[in-house]
Amino acid sequence: MKEKFWRWLDGSREYLEDASDMDETPYREREEVKTQIRERNDSLDKRRGTRAVIRAEEKGFRLLYSWVAVISAIFLIGVLLYVVSYLPRYGQENPQTTLVARRYLEDGVRETGAINAVAGMILDYRAFDTLGESHVLFTALVCVMILLEKDRKNMRRGYEDYYRITGEGFYTPNRDGIMQAAGFVLLPSILLFGIYILLNGQNGPGGGFSGGTVLGSGLIIFTMAFGFDTVDRIASRRLLKGVTVVALGFYSFAKGYVFFTGANGLESHIPKGTPGAILSGGLILPLDIAVGLVVACTMFGFYSLFRRGSIGGKGKACSGKKAGTGAGTKAEGKDNA
Amino acid sequence: MALGVTEIVKILLLVLLIVCAISVNVTRSLLQSVIIFMAYSSIMCILWIFMESPDLAITEAAVGAGVSGVLFLLTLRRIREEDEDSSEDDGNTDF
Repeated sequence: MKEKFWRWLDGSREYLEDASDMDETPYREREEVKTQIRERNDSLDKRRGTRAVIRAEEKGFRLLYSWVAVISAIFLIGVLLYVVSYLPRYGQENPQTTLVARRYLEDGVRETGAINAVAGMILDYRAFDTLGESHVLFTALVCVMILLEKDRKNMRRGYEDYYRITGEGFYTPNRDGIMQAAGFVLLPSILLFGIYILLNGQNGPGGGFSGGTVLGSGLIIFTMAFGFDTVDRIASRRLLKGVTVVALGFYSFAKGYVFFTGANGLESHIPKGTPGAILSGGLILPLDIAVGLVVACTMFGFYSLFRRGSIGGKGKACSGKKAGTGAGTKAEGKDNA
Repeated sequence: MALGVTEIVKILLLVLLIVCAISVNVTRSLLQSVIIFMAYSSIMCILWIFMESPDLAITEAAVGAGVSGVLFLLTLRRIREEDEDSSEDDGNTDF
């Protein structure tokens, strides 16, 4: 690894060598399938003469669409400006919410153990909201899976060629030299920064959501640079599923305990710690980690689903499996050569 | 009225924000729209720092300029793959 890095710094070309010998055959195959589909569509259009009708309908629809869009935008702008005019000016106290804000700012450190007042709010006073947000993210991931995952029930019959050409490995270069070199330098700092934000949420700016997003972006860049066949070894479908479910379950259980003890006037046995230390803030740090893991898995899952239609490599997804093995054999061939 | 450097930078950024917000809608090319949207998020990130909320700034940079931009670009590629006839229509969907 070190040698590779120095070679990359020197500018010698060996490091980028494997980027140049890309396999051309999938691209040619894809073009063939594309022309076939186009010819079939054209012949259908000619037979029915539908093209002119569709064009006329589209024109009317576009005119209507633009007018409705402009009018509704102006209406929305008016409503929002009207609401904004009632807000207090920046930096001034809001007379209606002063009591709550003062309580949060003055007693927050003592009651939650977090120096960062925002973390104290979202993960202690208002932790129920954050639980809901995490579940919203999870639900969004499930919805995207329902819509985009290419399993047997989600593929139309007679379109096998189409799914094959849109699968991963057909229209993306497997190893991009520039992305690899950039990822080689940037990835460690991005991932470390994400972990820092994640663990330091109670003491400084950051916390579960932002840290998890940075971690997820790091995973996405890793995938862009080194391909899905590399990532699947680390982040398999089972792992992503397990991490998400365990994190959400832990969050619900921990917060349920706190709500139960708080509502019944019992003593909760969670130490607050000294404010400012990493292990402080009671439940805020573990909850941050749970939220961050859920967010990172969700972001990576979105990317994976949008790009190839399956999460992780070990899924039952037909095209994902096919594409994965295809990329794997390609990489192996390169290694042998 | 004397303006400090901070105020001038803030006003400049706010004007740029409005320009970005309008040009996202006006631009005909979808790829350019996505890039302008990411620029909008970057400007908003700096403005959050000016408003002393670094939590939001980090999230805005990661989500707005990073992940959602990537997702938009992936969607655009999907559209280009699936929309075979768009190039010969009227150039409304090319990018």
